[in-house]
Amino acid sequence: MTVVERVLAVIEAHRGDRGALLPILHGIQAEFGYVDQSVIPLVAKELNLSRADVHGVVTFYSDFRSEPAGRVTVQLCRAEACQAVGSERLVEHAEAAYGVKVGQTSADGAVTLAQVFCLGNCALGPAAQVNGRLHGRLDPARLDGVINAEFTVSSPSGRTS
Amino acid sequence: MTTTVYVPRDAAALSVGADAVAAAITREAALTGRAVRVVRNGSRGMLWLETLVEVVTEAGRIGYGPVTSDAVPALIADGMLDGAPHELRVGVVEELPWFRAQNRLCFARVGVTDPLSPEDYLAHGGLTGLRRALEIGSAATVAEVTDSGLRGRGGAGFPAGIKWKTVADTPGELKFVCCNADEGDSGTFADRMLIEGDPFCLIEGMTIAGFAVGATEGYIYIRSEYPEAVRTFRRAIDIAYAQGWLGDDVLGSGLKFDLMVRVGAGAYICGEETSMLESLEGKRGVVRAKPPIPAITGLFGKPTVVNNVLTLASVPAILADGGAAYQALGVQRSRGTQVFQLAGNIARGGVFETAFGISLRDLVEEHGGGTLSGRPVRAVQVGGPLGAYLPASGLDLAMDYEAFAEAGAMLGHGGIVVFDDTVNMASMARFAFSFCAEESCGKCTPCRVGAVRGVEVIDRIVGGEDVDDNLALLGDLCELMTDGSLCAMGGLTPNPVRSALQHFADDFTPRRVTP
Ligand SMILES: Cc1cc2nc3c(=O)[nH]c(=O)nc-3n(C[C@H](O)[C@H](O)[C@H](O)COP(=O)(O)O)c2cc1C
Ligand code: SF4
Ligand code: FES
Ligand code: FES
Repeated sequence: MTVVERVLAVIEAHRGDRGALLPILHGIQAEFGYVDQSVIPLVAKELNLSRADVHGVVTFYSDFRSEPAGRVTVQLCRAEACQAVGSERLVEHAEAAYGVKVGQTSADGAVTLAQVFCLGNCALGPAAQVNGRLHGRLDPARLDGVINAEFTVSSPSGRTS
Repeated sequence: MTTTVYVPRDAAALSVGADAVAAAITREAALTGRAVRVVRNGSRGMLWLETLVEVVTEAGRIGYGPVTSDAVPALIADGMLDGAPHELRVGVVEELPWFRAQNRLCFARVGVTDPLSPEDYLAHGGLTGLRRALEIGSAATVAEVTDSGLRGRGGAGFPAGIKWKTVADTPGELKFVCCNADEGDSGTFADRMLIEGDPFCLIEGMTIAGFAVGATEGYIYIRSEYPEAVRTFRRAIDIAYAQGWLGDDVLGSGLKFDLMVRVGAGAYICGEETSMLESLEGKRGVVRAKPPIPAITGLFGKPTVVNNVLTLASVPAILADGGAAYQALGVQRSRGTQVFQLAGNIARGGVFETAFGISLRDLVEEHGGGTLSGRPVRAVQVGGPLGAYLPASGLDLAMDYEAFAEAGAMLGHGGIVVFDDTVNMASMARFAFSFCAEESCGKCTPCRVGAVRGVEVIDRIVGGEDVDDNLALLGDLCELMTDGSLCAMGGLTPNPVRSALQHFADDFTPRRVTP
């Protein structure tokens, strides 16, 4: 399927939905891993919206990324309850250990580090979501273990870098 | 004989390895030739004990926790499947003091049942409320909710019955029920646990709301940070349709009610109800000016009930047992129970549901066991990121809406975040501003620009730059945000800032901040 066909398929799946733009953008991100600028005109045309409208929505929500994520996406919680049990130390560790700042993807495309404000695991912090899976009571060693396990899942040979 | 073992499927339990524990139990039991049935329940809410395994015995459900998968072989060898003694054995779960001290109405089934089993739901009183509503009619249903004194659990505490009556009285072919499951406040997770642990209860509550106000479509807006809740709720909706609990002919009564899940996209402000409605319409989550109120001009301009998860999940029990029984609990104008959530640096964190009026100190010290670190409690933030910080000396406060308002604080969604004496309160005040700057919808200047300025001013204060002038500036800024913001995001951000400054002034002396 071409990119256009894949986008149209996502839109088709939400044809009957009221106010379908968010579900469609989630669908596009699930399909491609990010919402590329180039799909915006097509989405706008199909939903009878202006490009500016669609662009405005894409940029308002922090979930929609404009470029692909690394092989492992680490979302570290930095909200108050996790701060109370040392989330900032975990952020420092992650930035140093993976050579990447919060909000960035490492040069080798291995790790995307992101911040998030609360994952609903505030009694078992510090918390993080790694490739969509929730983890609690993290310390640097446990976080490294979790990230390495994701590399093993995503490529049997382990981390290549 | 088959032994039944409960292993939670709640996301918090999964975050510390519950799936691996369940797999290990199945594997080890097979190896030792024991027949076991592993049921994946919700969490009991004693999160410090997760993964909490419960074994059904003649004496009751005996708990072991916190269990890790590594510990399972030894636990089974030591007789866990017969409820034998072990250092991880906590006893009969429902007899634990922590559990007995609660009054679980909203959370009655959470952790007890298999959340996706319709049989379990019915066996534990499910649908009694909806059946009664259908019997007494929509006007009487609204009256029952009004009589119960139920106030919104999302933060503002608005009486649910009055909101429902407004929607019911507004004419319209098309009306909506929207459940706010955006739960963005740090320190809160009760909505998530209810959705994952007793989804049918919320479906029933939303259906009752739809019946009461004449709405045929319901939407639940779940934040994207809760993928497990999204999965569970979608499955629960499918099951409910298959059971005839949703759709064109609910319970054979002729009632039509459809329910859809929508997933947020990482914006705290979308928990504000009008921003949520914009988002549900597929737009940027920019706050709407009120009036018009959503009850009259809501989703797509139609009359709309917007209620929090816990508000709606409280409704089935209110209908089943009558508004008066609910009203009998609590104090003054805070009626019924509140689901408190103990979080942050706390030894025994989790959900604690009890009547309004319990003191904050009892929750933090007696039930919560003080800090996790073992150090003294220094500050407690109640009510999420827009809530005030209270000093350890100020914990003798009754947990009810009015007592908190009087103390310049707010209950919000019931989250209680504990900090030990290593916290730097100037950093927390700075964080409050930077969070507001990050999450502002951008509609009004005091919030959008004021928050950014707030960060700078605090940096200058702790940096020792013109301290007195900057402190005065900080005061002005807080005043401007309080008075000039359209919604509580900008309007209440001064709460954590001012309270930090008031109770922990020492932290604002130069060079103690760790940004
Ligand atoms: C910045 C902001 C964030 C909010 N976040 C939530 C939220 O996450 N969940 C919620 O139920 N209400 C939230 N509210 C309150 C809602 O605006 C609204 O009052 C509530 O959903 C109404 O339901 P209730 O009456 O059942 O509480 C928020 C309000 C503000 C100003
Ligand atoms: S106070 Fe902030 S969040 Fe609320 S409407 Fe204004 S800019 Fe938006
Ligand atoms: S504050 Fe980190 S999970 Fe809630
Ligand atoms: S979203 Fe527009 S100011 Fe932050």
